[in-house]
Amino acid sequence: MTVAKPLPHDAARLHVTGAARYVDDIPTPTGTLHLAFGTATIAAGRITDLDLAPVRSAPGVIAVLQARDLPFANDVSPSAHDEPLLSGSTIHYLGQPIFLVVATSHLAARRAAKMAAITYQKRDAILSYEDAMEADSRFEDGPRIWQKGDTDEAIDTAPHQIEGQIAMGGQEHFYLEGQAALALPGEDGDMLVHSSTQHPTEIQHKVAEAIGRPMHAVRVEIRRMGGGFGGKESQGNALAVACAVAARLTGKPCKMRYDRDDDMIITGKRHDFRIDYRAGFDDAGRLAGVEFVQMTRCGWAQDLSIPVADRAMLHADNAYHLEHARIESHRLRTNTQSATAFRGFGGPQGMLGIERVMDHVAHTLGLDPLAVRRANYYAPSVAGGLSAPHAAAPRPPESISGQMKSGEDLTSRGAVDDVPPGRALQAPAGVQTTPYGQPVEDFILHEMTDALAATADYATRRTGIADLNAANPVLKRGIALTPVKFGISFTLTHLNQAGALVHVYQDGSIHMNHGGTEMGQGLFQKVAQVAASRFGVPLDAVKITATDTAKVPNTSATAASSGSDLNGMAVKAACDTIRDRMADLLAEIHQTDAAAIRFEAGEVHAGGKTYTFAQVATLAYENRISLSATGFYKTPKLEWDRIRGQGRPFFYFAYGAACSEVVVDTLTGEYRILRTDILHDAGASLNPALDIGQVEGGFVQGAGWLTTEELVWDEDGALRTHAPSTYKIPACSDRPAVFNVALWDAENREDTIYRSKAVGEPPFMLGISVLMALSDAIAACGTTYPALDAPATPERVLAAIQRVRDAD
Amino acid sequence: MSYTISLTVNGDRRDVTFEDARVTLLDLLRERLALPGTKKGCDRGQCGACTVLVDGRRINSCLTLAVTLDGADVTTIEGLARGDVLHPVQASFVEHDGFQCGYCTPGQIMSAVGLIAEGDVGTDPERIREGMSGNLCRCAAYHGITEAVLDAARRMTDDKTRKSA
Repeated sequence: MTVAKPLPHDAARLHVTGAARYVDDIPTPTGTLHLAFGTATIAAGRITDLDLAPVRSAPGVIAVLQARDLPFANDVSPSAHDEPLLSGSTIHYLGQPIFLVVATSHLAARRAAKMAAITYQKRDAILSYEDAMEADSRFEDGPRIWQKGDTDEAIDTAPHQIEGQIAMGGQEHFYLEGQAALALPGEDGDMLVHSSTQHPTEIQHKVAEAIGRPMHAVRVEIRRMGGGFGGKESQGNALAVACAVAARLTGKPCKMRYDRDDDMIITGKRHDFRIDYRAGFDDAGRLAGVEFVQMTRCGWAQDLSIPVADRAMLHADNAYHLEHARIESHRLRTNTQSATAFRGFGGPQGMLGIERVMDHVAHTLGLDPLAVRRANYYAPSVAGGLSAPHAAAPRPPESISGQMKSGEDLTSRGAVDDVPPGRALQAPAGVQTTPYGQPVEDFILHEMTDALAATADYATRRTGIADLNAANPVLKRGIALTPVKFGISFTLTHLNQAGALVHVYQDGSIHMNHGGTEMGQGLFQKVAQVAASRFGVPLDAVKITATDTAKVPNTSATAASSGSDLNGMAVKAACDTIRDRMADLLAEIHQTDAAAIRFEAGEVHAGGKTYTFAQVATLAYENRISLSATGFYKTPKLEWDRIRGQGRPFFYFAYGAACSEVVVDTLTGEYRILRTDILHDAGASLNPALDIGQVEGGFVQGAGWLTTEELVWDEDGALRTHAPSTYKIPACSDRPAVFNVALWDAENREDTIYRSKAVGEPPFMLGISVLMALSDAIAACGTTYPALDAPATPERVLAAIQRVRDAD
Repeated sequence: MSYTISLTVNGDRRDVTFEDARVTLLDLLRERLALPGTKKGCDRGQCGACTVLVDGRRINSCLTLAVTLDGADVTTIEGLARGDVLHPVQASFVEHDGFQCGYCTPGQIMSAVGLIAEGDVGTDPERIREGMSGNLCRCAAYHGITEAVLDAARRMTDDKTRKSA
């Protein structure tokens, strides 16, 4: 079987020879035009005068478009239709596209775009949490509140109480390949769009609306992205729509790519959060009750902020059983870039809230934070693993046909969920539930924590660090072991579906296509491994092809870590259909049972005879048997009512734990990560090499979010960190000097593809161990709790050290 | 006024005329010489995706004006392999899976070839990490990258020792 093998990325040879093509590398036809946006230089206000004559007369300019020149929809929003491609007279953020330049070259378009003479009437921009709360500037009517038990009573009657606040910054995706699109007009108004996107179906939908054609007239293709991380779920809409509109207007191919500064100034980033907390607990640090008020700056448009903020609420418990919990969430509308999807999708922010509480509780009681964490863990899985009978499947979501609203982008995570919520599942007796009522039946963190604490030698090192810190006044070390429990599934239930298309040719070669997109995570390779395994052929018999809306329609974004889970199952279904047809034919020929026919090692064994797979393909063709099939999958067991905050939004949880040690220079606030040990749960891994890559990369990116990556807006709402010179992502030298990563080798309790688990996002939150280790090191400077905010830049670490020292 | 230069790119002599003296080597490669293997990441010399070798030294091609390269010898990712035989650094990147999305990979590989040729880091992983820190990888495939460079450095050193023996 080719699954469970550590095979390299599918395009490895192409990558190392420079032959792997990204959108900007596709050879363009002669006469291709290039686009650039003219953008706003104020954060809020009105345009009182717009003189585009200098733009129109600039060298190489073919056309200049404003909102009023757009022939159909002026909308690139994935949710609330509140995001015009080009602004009208009202400006919502500094960087908002106002007009579109179409020119003969990329540089000509960009130079011309700077030549507009724009007069503004500014108004006070809403930039901070306070500004937005004061102005009641928000999405949805008011805060979303989920409540379990009696929080006030539980906190007030507990032996100890704490309260505090943690602020955490956003994060720029910094995909190395910037946003890019290329539109090629066809006959009869058709449009072919190459877009660097995680969501081809949404690009297709937005382009179709913008050029006034049905979705069947638009084909979107993407072979690979140079990184996505959530930044290409909705943020590519503007470029693809702009290209299609300009291509329709001029009849020429049109291409657009953002320069890096433009990309950082125009597109959305991870949501920053500020979380206030209050908790009551006993002498062992066990929480009696906890309360969170989460605030997030969503930026100017809704985009995917509602589900992001929901997921932050859904991860407010992380790995801990909260009997009495209250979670209040404010989704604030501000005059900044529209914050969007980013690996973890709100989960990391919600999780950091409770991890801060654990750290604060431990400090208050003078206990080892790991002991406090463990005291609060969910109970171990009692159901006895795979052989135990699973709960009966709930009824599937009701059909959504007939409820579709015109223009609604149903495949977006920002879509309104019109499926009536099902009844909430009853947890089996004795099973603990999350604050939103989902039974936690697969909790394996007790065993994982034992294993990691042993291999990382946590207890001994913790004692050793205390001794070192006592002896050394300047350099302080810190260590922390933190867990991750991450919910797997789209929280908009109907998105949990996928399709695939598989052809077998007469020579036995296989063409495979599915709705997932490749952005470096290795999805294509994993799914190809599934296909090769189903047919029992070598991996090179399977051709991996570009994602194409004309082959598999109505796809969900490759997001929410769902790529392999959903598309792997859909491809398996398609392959099995064809394999069963082949088996039925051979069974008839050999008068044997179809179930006894084996497909393995490129051969097919039937009734004592051995065929090559190619011979069987030829035989099937000659017997007029279809060698093409679609496959479909929908995730079972999901039921979710987001308003009440009740149900089972997740099919299962993925787990992980990380132990990090840091050293801090207390004179400068500078620090290094000395060692990180990780144990991560990928279920029965489809490809351990790719999964370990995801775990390492996720950890480093998560640590970057919490340490060096700082977004700074000035008082005018201008993003001052809009290039790698001012925005620091981790470099090769920032990786921990000692870095041990292992996979927890156990099958998923739920019936996923080969019992594997999703692995894209969960490891990101392993980076929290670094922030907690820094907190531990700073705590060694005195007796006060450091209350360290993120990103913990050296500046912020130094300030925390001063606070702790000054308080003593 | 126009400017004409003559340079060698991946072993081929190329004569190029510019109307504008501000064309970067990166744009020359990607837009005029049909060599899109060299990537544009930040276009301001900070991410390393555009790294190529000029006269054997690694440089950021986005910060280098093409007109300054009259008579220069330029090697890009497309010119590294000998036919079907991968350069040891390329082979090592495949073997150690030194990438995820692959967009920074051409720059990483050219930088590694330059770094090894500089001869300063030997096979010290710490110094290799430092020497490669000008090439950002957002997927953070740094473990594989370091292992790949280390392995290639060892192999190339062994080859040299064998040849000189």
